Amino acid sequence: MSSIPADLRYTNSHEYLKPTADPTVVVVGITDYAQGELGDIVYLELPKPGATFGAHDSFGTIEAVKAVSDLYSPVAGEVLEVNPRLDAEPSLINSDPYGDGWMLKLRVAPADVAALMDAQAYEKHLESGGGGQ
Amino acid sequence: MSAENATLLKTPFFAQHVALGAKMVPFAGFEMPVQYPSGITSEHNIVRTGCGLFDVSHMGEFKITGPQAMEFVNYVTSNNVAALASGQVHYSGILYENGTFVDDCLVYFRSNDHVMMVVNASNKDKDFAHISTYAGKFDCTLEDISDKIALLALQGPRAQEILARLTDADLDAIKYYHFTDGTVAGVGPMIISRTGYTGEDGFELYHDVKDAITIWDAIMATGQVQAVGLGCRDSLRLEMGMALYGNDIDDTVTPLEANLGWLVKFKKGDFVGKAALEAQKAAGVPRKLVGFTIADKAFPRHGYPVFVNGQPGGKVCSGTVSPSLGLPIGTCYVPTAHAVVGNHVEIDQRGKRVTATITEMPFWKHGSHK
Repeated sequence: MSSIPADLRYTNSHEYLKPTADPTVVVVGITDYAQGELGDIVYLELPKPGATFGAHDSFGTIEAVKAVSDLYSPVAGEVLEVNPRLDAEPSLINSDPYGDGWMLKLRVAPADVAALMDAQAYEKHLESGGGGQ
Repeated sequence: MSAENATLLKTPFFAQHVALGAKMVPFAGFEMPVQYPSGITSEHNIVRTGCGLFDVSHMGEFKITGPQAMEFVNYVTSNNVAALASGQVHYSGILYENGTFVDDCLVYFRSNDHVMMVVNASNKDKDFAHISTYAGKFDCTLEDISDKIALLALQGPRAQEILARLTDADLDAIKYYHFTDGTVAGVGPMIISRTGYTGEDGFELYHDVKDAITIWDAIMATGQVQAVGLGCRDSLRLEMGMALYGNDIDDTVTPLEANLGWLVKFKKGDFVGKAALEAQKAAGVPRKLVGFTIADKAFPRHGYPVFVNGQPGGKVCSGTVSPSLGLPIGTCYVPTAHAVVGNHVEIDQRGKRVTATITEMPFWKHGSHK
């Protein structure tokens, strides 16, 4: 079973949002389930700091050996920071999706984040066949 | 498990794959392991540097026996079976009268009255029906023995030292693309064939399905071998520039177009597709399969549009990011005049054009096969 940390928020399309000390800033990545489904990640296209997105906008692509997938912004926000290590080491997403494999730091509205699935709801989503991107 | 999967066939090793945590996918009507938990890149590297074990039991095997078995296979395939010595294997094409591929295959020659053909699982029934239409002209019997045969491919530079501990066969005596009969793990005899689809040294073991688990368990018990899946099989073969039916070759292309002219032996006598290929050779081959690399970050995938001199020019046949080279690599057809190493094509990668450079194949030049 893939790991689903209790303190994160989740989307149907298998992104997570991790809270930071600042309630208006979250860390975004893809879940352990998503990295397992994608398999070995070869490279990513990610936005630059300053880019803004609406909820459910595509913010980049992820190229895995088996397939390419779009990445979707779970909530509206502005990119504050992009993980600089992923360019050279995209496999960090496979080895540590919730840690070193984080993708973006986003400025968001806290209410938007609270509306997303919690860990329990995401686990149910996976169990009910919510797999697939 | 979905209803769709219920109709899929399983190889004798299904439970072994599941126990190892393999990701099983539908492939050619079978439920096959695409990868194990270590992942495709890691499995690829194990085959290049150590030893991996592939279950390729989905492949089809036809046994042809009778006084004209050799003549028959020589007529329905393009390479020259008459040139094979007993215990020798070659790669060949099964062609339509118009010269395009029904399938590609391996031909195992035992004697003039006993030959085996090994074909792609996805084409097996089509192949059997096609060659059967010519069988009436020959005194031979054609049998599809695929269901009786399990096939394991032990591949990698360490394959020989590992298999040597388990077999009574003299592996040193088996040259590349040759085979012998021997036991493995005390069972058999089976065909031990120095062949593979990876560019590395290795052996393919054609054995009775009843012996399958004994052989698998003995190989895995050495502790020196990792089970590897179809995912890395694809990247390994592409690095070697080896064609995959459905990607690089199909019923729309001829061996001359696919850079497989060496499979066509015009001088051997008549064979299915010969007249059409002679005509194509005389008229000029309109397009050629080429390999390409991309200097930028890209992931060329099967089906991406290709542009030659700005004009639409077909699609990417095979493509990946080569685990061994760390470069995007692929194949596509281009007009023959353009098929020159160093020339460029453009590939439309999801709306973005990237420049690819035509390159000599194989992409990987350090394979251990011998």
